[in-house]
Amino acid sequence: MRIFKVIAEDFLFYMAMAGRMTIFFFRAIAAAATPPYKISEIIRQLDFIGARSMFVILFTGLFTGMVLGLQGYHLLKNYGSVAALGAGVGLSLVRELGPVLTCLMVIGRAGSAMCAEIGIMRNSEQIDALECMAIDPVRFLIAPKFIATLISVPLLICIFGVIGIFGGYIVGVQIFDVSWGGYFQSLYDSVGWDDLRMGLWKSLVFSLLIVWINTGKGYFLHMERDGGFGAEGVSRATTGAVVLSSVSILVMDYLINALMI
Amino acid sequence: MKLDGSLYLSSEEIVIEFQGVEKSFGEQLVLDGIDLTVMKGETLVIVGASGQGKSVILKHMLGLMSPDGGKVNVLGKDITKIGRRELTEVRKRFGVLFQNAALLDSMSVFDNVALPVRERTDYTEGEIAKLVMDRLEMVDLEGAGDKYPAQLSGGMRKRAGLARALVLDPEVVFFDEPTTGLDVHKSNEIYRLFRKTRDRLGYTAVIVSHDAPKIFKLADKVALLAEKKIQVLLPPEKFQLCDNPTVRSFVLATMGPVYDSAREEVMA
Repeated sequence: MRIFKVIAEDFLFYMAMAGRMTIFFFRAIAAAATPPYKISEIIRQLDFIGARSMFVILFTGLFTGMVLGLQGYHLLKNYGSVAALGAGVGLSLVRELGPVLTCLMVIGRAGSAMCAEIGIMRNSEQIDALECMAIDPVRFLIAPKFIATLISVPLLICIFGVIGIFGGYIVGVQIFDVSWGGYFQSLYDSVGWDDLRMGLWKSLVFSLLIVWINTGKGYFLHMERDGGFGAEGVSRATTGAVVLSSVSILVMDYLINALMI
Repeated sequence: MKLDGSLYLSSEEIVIEFQGVEKSFGEQLVLDGIDLTVMKGETLVIVGASGQGKSVILKHMLGLMSPDGGKVNVLGKDITKIGRRELTEVRKRFGVLFQNAALLDSMSVFDNVALPVRERTDYTEGEIAKLVMDRLEMVDLEGAGDKYPAQLSGGMRKRAGLARALVLDPEVVFFDEPTTGLDVHKSNEIYRLFRKTRDRLGYTAVIVSHDAPKIFKLADKVALLAEKKIQVLLPPEKFQLCDNPTVRSFVLATMGPVYDSAREEVMA
């Protein structure tokens, strides 16, 4: 009997959490979509999520492109078609690696910080204080993060793709013997609007997942089952948010591929 | 007729009313049928040992928690039944000083105090600055507007929190353990500022505190929360002389033998 009780309690807890998170998502979307907008806070978040992630995105994008160039070159050389390197690098980056790796980097750099920031505000009663001042904390704290993530992550994904293609160019054209015309022509011929559209959809869906899960885990820190209070509670919630959002992105990546291919 | 048989008749407006409020956390019952009334303009102090659920009562008043049973009427609304928008309207008439002041740590003291004004009114920046400076002056923090909460001492943070709670002339102000973590001088300072601001702004106050008997000096009514219930709701002088065994035990524990002689004087 005891095991049934535990299963039932688990089920009810996760259903309640799913319900809270769903309502939170729609409240945040509604607050982000309707005025008044907190312009200065949105700019601050754009700086934090977007501008300050630039270096890590440039760095990972460049080396991802270079690795793709290196691996792709040696693979294609066996078939005598090294000119197709541009297509391989471009398609990999635009459809898959750009969105996924950029988002994983953003989660590690900004998502965890969002969760910790909101969680600490919850712990120190700052969110309760906002509510008691008749200020909607979702509109005040969460909506600017939703807007800034939805703007900055797709742009970071574009930058990742461009710098990755440049990385593939450095390895394929500058180090090995691929012609630059062949590299870019195969890229131009292979990467079409459908690929860009898939990349765009992924960037939008992944952005929402990142900001929703990371802010939501912080916002409902006090409702965590194993006690969300104290530094350990914040640390546990942050780790949970990073793991959950990373896994969600990989699962969602598969689902979008399955739907759009 | 009220708790402990004391008479409490008044034609004044009821600001807060609890009727049979019950609250459990998991299987642990914390509040078991709480009845409580706060009248307009009075200062109610809720005392009790730590962990009895005083802050839980306060959170019910603020609409931060919902009871499992009973009614919570605040400013004429049953806040357990109203929607988010209506609750926001009720909260516009509140001011709250949290236990740790709950200042937004990414904002300066000035911006913290200005926050409710900026968010809820159409005041110009000039008007906001004037109002904020007036409130900072009221709590003796006129030189600390540019500082961040992390740069303030515990007492200064409480005073900044008080300035923020009072900035839009609330009708009711809630204080959650206003002197916890402060030394005697800083506690006295908070009590002095409480009297000063209450006299000037004329708000109704609900104070949750374990700082008995000092806190009694501020109170019009004292409620003792013990054994999951409000044991009595009495004016402080009657509270101290009450024969309810739980109250007697609380009074003796908090006031000690020094106070006994004073009590006898009062009785005489």
